[in-house]
Amino acid sequence: MHITGIIITGIGTLFLFLGSLGIFRLPDVYNRLQAGTKCTTLGAFFTVIGVGIIEPSWFWKTLIIAFFILLTNPISNHALGRASLKSGVPLCDRSVVDKSKDFDQYKSKAE
Amino acid sequence: MLRDKVKSFIYLFLFLILIWLALVSSLGYQELLTGILITLILALFLNEYYLKLGLPPLSLRRFAFFIIYLAVLFKEIIKANFDVAYRIIHPRMPIKPGIVVIKTGLKSDIAKMILANSITLTPGTFTLDILGDRLLIHWINVRSEDMDESTKIIGGKFEKYLRVIFG
Repeated sequence: MHITGIIITGIGTLFLFLGSLGIFRLPDVYNRLQAGTKCTTLGAFFTVIGVGIIEPSWFWKTLIIAFFILLTNPISNHALGRASLKSGVPLCDRSVVDKSKDFDQYKSKAE
Repeated sequence: MLRDKVKSFIYLFLFLILIWLALVSSLGYQELLTGILITLILALFLNEYYLKLGLPPLSLRRFAFFIIYLAVLFKEIIKANFDVAYRIIHPRMPIKPGIVVIKTGLKSDIAKMILANSITLTPGTFTLDILGDRLLIHWINVRSEDMDESTKIIGGKFEKYLRVIFG
């Protein structure tokens, strides 16, 4: 049980490391958001659950923490991405397509 | 109307008491009594907001699909995490970022919210904006610029379950 917990926490830490590496390597805000919030979702999830497995009396509490991470992480990510888009942060040169300019055309249909 | 209210009150109460039991992780009568008292008061106050969420009525079929949906979501999260991790550690970084528009057939706001959050949770794609039935998605590896095709690739695997749950 103890060993399983340590392995799961280790996997989580590995994903957290890869996420932070991605923040340095990827070219623009949006791609960094991808790495910065996605790898950390699974990373934090595994780390917290792993701690719960090492210490079985905490298991249900860690499950709740993991659940709230899953609920709140995409929302903060979405807020950051949307704010960058609205304030006109450009995409990097390697981007192949940008349809955000014509997105406003759906506004009239939505209302 | 009153029946709906009572029903949603019971669901909310059960949900809250489950969280409480997970938090105290014991079944002693003191904890149970305090928990029931607190969740009763909370459920009374929060019932109105819970009704406003517009959650569909609970049924066995919906619940089963919700469990399958969670499993699918978790599988996708893990798969896509490895994909993004690979792109990060690869020396040449094989990324093809871009912003695409996809379409959704879901009607209710909460269903759209869950779809958008699922898309954000799966690495490689995240939701930037929603207008009506269109979602603006940032994609780290654009496989298709066409709206229908990218809808199938990004949202297809979640949408068929959500359609049953909220349909």
